[in-house]
Amino acid sequence: MKSENSTPKVNNEHLRYRPKPNIGHLLVLLLIIVFCVFPFYWMIATSLKNQQDILSPTPKFLFSPTLENYQRAVSKFDVALSLENSLIVAVTTTLLSLLLGTPAAYAIARFEFKGKKDLWFWFITNRMLSPIVLALPFFILARNLKLLDSQVVLILIYLTFNVPIVIWICADQFRNIPKELDEAATLEGYNSFSIFWRIGLPLVAPGIAVSAIFSFIFSWNELLYALVLTRKYAQTAPVVATSFMSGYELPWGQIMATGTMIALPVIIFSIIVSRQLVGGLTMGAIK
Amino acid sequence: MPTAKKSYSTGAFWFVAPAMIVLLVVGIIPLLFALWTSFQQFILPKVHFKGAFAGIWPIFDAPFVWLSNYRDLLFDESFRDALGRSFLFLIINLPIQVILGLIIALLLHRPGHEWLKNVTRIALVIPMATTFAVVGLIGRLLFNGDFGINNYFWNLFFGHKMEWLADPNLAFVSISIMDCWQWTPFCALVLFSSLTMVPIEIEEAAKLETDRWWHILRKVQLPFLLPGITAILILRTADILKMFDVVFIMTRGGPGAATELISIYIQRIGFRSFEQGMASAQAIVLLIITIILSRLYIRFIYREV
Repeated sequence: MKSENSTPKVNNEHLRYRPKPNIGHLLVLLLIIVFCVFPFYWMIATSLKNQQDILSPTPKFLFSPTLENYQRAVSKFDVALSLENSLIVAVTTTLLSLLLGTPAAYAIARFEFKGKKDLWFWFITNRMLSPIVLALPFFILARNLKLLDSQVVLILIYLTFNVPIVIWICADQFRNIPKELDEAATLEGYNSFSIFWRIGLPLVAPGIAVSAIFSFIFSWNELLYALVLTRKYAQTAPVVATSFMSGYELPWGQIMATGTMIALPVIIFSIIVSRQLVGGLTMGAIK
Repeated sequence: MPTAKKSYSTGAFWFVAPAMIVLLVVGIIPLLFALWTSFQQFILPKVHFKGAFAGIWPIFDAPFVWLSNYRDLLFDESFRDALGRSFLFLIINLPIQVILGLIIALLLHRPGHEWLKNVTRIALVIPMATTFAVVGLIGRLLFNGDFGINNYFWNLFFGHKMEWLADPNLAFVSISIMDCWQWTPFCALVLFSSLTMVPIEIEEAAKLETDRWWHILRKVQLPFLLPGITAILILRTADILKMFDVVFIMTRGGPGAATELISIYIQRIGFRSFEQGMASAQAIVLLIITIILSRLYIRFIYREV
């Protein structure tokens, strides 16, 4: 009996294979971190420098930080307006996508119906499609409907990529709810809508939050549609970022301050959903 | 039970209908309109509005030329060049990103330095989460000829400065470097999550058999890595055909046409030359390429329907 117990124990000792933590591994990991963070850090550092420090041919690693660039950037009408536009468009399109996407996700997870395969194919194609393909006709259609340069047109076109992402993430969550729960609710006299509304939705709340964050990130980051469909009043933050790069004496500090204000919220959100990030970007093929 | 089943299938329609109708209106109708425009000689400043069909489908006096836009683009060198440039960009950058990504994934998978590995995984999120337009701005800052920090280091090691964004070849290199900065982390995280799917017992047993990491990589880990690698190949191909923001901000496709990738090119034809008919034909060709890619994606990776 004693030998029976000890034999597997010995094996376990062997199995607990651990190479010694080595210094090379440590250094390469540090190098990777530096490579990932440095360009971003450099943008933030530049945004806190005065023009003289920025233009110095020897990069200034030590400098006295100033918030002047941020004050100037925000006081510029188009930067403040564009951040506001971005926020309105991203939030509205996210809410609409949830409203349209969650019931569809529920149906895909729970029901069998004709056209389900086509729906999936449409989602996958959407993930792969260059926005220029939709931007061309959308421009002419919107121009005739007098919708150019409005937040509405951006909200509508952003639904084309946000509804699929909501459907995909939420369908995955709905599938995890045990079917018995639905059956019990049916016996209680719930119809399928109240099962969805009162049982399904509360249980997938975390999934809804994740899909909302994704939808927000994609809308906030979008450039091509916004560039083509807006002129002045509905410009989003990335469009304003493109408009900086003309003329001679570029206000680098303000440009980088604006860049930081555009990118930082998205990075914070992404770190929150970093566990789901890979799944989200590959439409769930790899988790 | 049959009653329950019946209510299920009729219920599905009302659940899916809102999303379907909206996607149809904002997705399919514009595509059909693009197809329609692609058969016309549609030059925006020259056409006149004639009225709208059903209130939303505008009709213009653009002459119908049927397939001649498609015929023209077959023989159009600049279109082929732009498509070729996109594929060149892909062939250069994809192997770099996959190999570096794999190395990073293996380092993350290797035991030891747990705390630092967690920090690395968060650091990897930063490049891929940075707004594409802002990646372009960062590129302009780093590669600036006068005060850019890349030139500072280049000068330190090689004794001279380079005009990164003004030279055609170097501009191509610069946008490639920014693309690698942004997407190598994506490859690393995809491959890392594939590595974690290797059953721990198999991997540890293999480690008792051999000390050589590449044996373990080839015999044990590779089968688990293959779906991830295939997904990266297809998605990165699609992303590079879509690629617009970073290039538009860093170089606007220039100098000359040195960095004019396909989406930038079509955008120029459609919105800077205003040849909407021609641009639509090009977009439809791009759509067909995309549909083929999506089919591949579904066949090889995404089997869940």
